[in-house]
Amino acid sequence: MKYVDYERPTSLKSALDILSEKGDVTKIMAGGTDILVKLRVRSEQPDLLMDSKEIPELNELSFNHDTGLTIGAAVPLYKLYADADVKKYYPALVDSTTIIGGIPIQGRATVGGNLCNSAPSADSIPTLIVLGATASIQSSGKLREVPVSEFCTGPGSNVLKSNEMLVTINVPAPADNSAAHYMRFIPRNEMDIAVVGVGSYVKLNASGDKFESVNVSLASVAPTPLNVTEISKFLSGKDVNDENIEKAGQLAKEASKPISDMRGTAEYRQHLCSVLTKRSINKSIERIKGA
Amino acid sequence: MSKKVHVQTIINGEDVEFLCEPRQSLLECLRDVIGMTGTKEGCNDGNCGACTVILEGRTVTSCLVLGVEVDGKELTTIEGIADGEKLHPIQTAFLENAALQCGICTPGFIIATKSLLDHNPDPSEYEIRWWLANNLCRCTGYDKIVRAVQESAKKIKAQAGG
Ligand SMILES: Cc1cc2nc3c(=O)[nH]c(=O)nc-3n(C[C@H](O)[C@H](O)[C@H](O)COP(=O)(O)OP(=O)(O)OC[C@H]3O[C@@H](n4cnc5c(N)ncnc54)[C@H](O)[C@@H]3O)c2cc1C
Ligand code: FES
Ligand code: FES
Repeated sequence: MKYVDYERPTSLKSALDILSEKGDVTKIMAGGTDILVKLRVRSEQPDLLMDSKEIPELNELSFNHDTGLTIGAAVPLYKLYADADVKKYYPALVDSTTIIGGIPIQGRATVGGNLCNSAPSADSIPTLIVLGATASIQSSGKLREVPVSEFCTGPGSNVLKSNEMLVTINVPAPADNSAAHYMRFIPRNEMDIAVVGVGSYVKLNASGDKFESVNVSLASVAPTPLNVTEISKFLSGKDVNDENIEKAGQLAKEASKPISDMRGTAEYRQHLCSVLTKRSINKSIERIKGA
Repeated sequence: MSKKVHVQTIINGEDVEFLCEPRQSLLECLRDVIGMTGTKEGCNDGNCGACTVILEGRTVTSCLVLGVEVDGKELTTIEGIADGEKLHPIQTAFLENAALQCGICTPGFIIATKSLLDHNPDPSEYEIRWWLANNLCRCTGYDKIVRAVQESAKKIKAQAGG
């Protein structure tokens, strides 16, 4: 690792001042579980590492029945998945964050870092996309909101400019008769990168026999987490039955653009897209009916 | 231009001060700067758990923490587990159950076990395997480690009970 300076600002203002002055040679560090590895292999070589963990706004974790969930960009996973409101209203976030690394990784890693690292395999991003989450991004004097579905622009790249930082991720309040779910396939039982990951969100009508809206997002099958809008279009207004869910699996398979690598061939990944999409939609439906 | 930073921390209940470069990991600081070599290095990228320590009550892999980050914080390392010459029940259980061979993974496993049992004194086998999934062992095949953790829980309970 080359020599790097370290700063730990304790206010958002001083963090944004640092970024407007030298954002182009600065890397932000939350839990450090991606960035420190990259510094070590020199795939990133900033002059300054700015630790974001002492900035109050980035440590917010709050829920409100009208406005939903606010996740500060520096909130560690273990705090998020242990939160009573997150467990009750956002079980899909628990699905996706309890499988990121192991216990020591979860003691440090953040959803903000997972999003800003923008890996196609990131386990929290499909869930954020299907839940309709937005990212609050700030630079000195400017705040903008970007839907998480538009945040990633390629493997490891995203819409953030060098003077900007992610402050919070905002997840809408849960609607009646709705639920979400995330699952991935890995060859091991834990501690691996998704071969395919699938997040689903389902909202049913009051009697529970028709889909009102469905979102499906896939990890590890395209350069960015993929939002399968074809499924949303197809299932909306349709009856809840095996045939329609089967078709949704087929649409996920057709939308995916996977590559072959050591974790699986493209063909295998496409097959998994279909299987996991069906399973995840069914799990979301089970969650609605179980509530 | 390697500017050093002064860090003040509490390790195993004792005040410790050291100087390090910001790029140095906590693992490097423990081993090379402070000279506490009980914490081991395996992969240096967060996967093997040999470098596991407890930072402010949470287990972390010290290769993925910077030394500068622990300023003002509290740490427990493998050196803080035994009570002087008297082994901790977890250490005794690992020895009695032959839960180590080469031993490079052992400090990490013992620290991870300590933090597991602090959070959950009566874990199921599933919970044990899940909690220890971030610790790799190339020698034992894990079964003996799981048994040692179960035995540790019993010993600690017995000790607390009488
Ligand atoms: C052993 C191991 C296992 C892992 N397993 C998984 C897994 O199963 N699934 C998975 O998805 N990931 C996994 N990861 C990757 C990593 O842990 C996650 O991506 C994690 O969520 C990153 O969070 P962090 O806080 O540590 O990010 P950091 O490393 O601190 O930051 C990641 C990136 O985001 C940027 N960033 C951080 N905060 C901000 C901000 N506020 N504004 C702008 N940019 C910011 C950083 O500059 C950096 O580029 C694993 C990593 C390790 C080491
Ligand atoms: S050396 Fe830190 S996890 Fe392997
Ligand atoms: S005893 Fe050798 S690696 Fe575990």
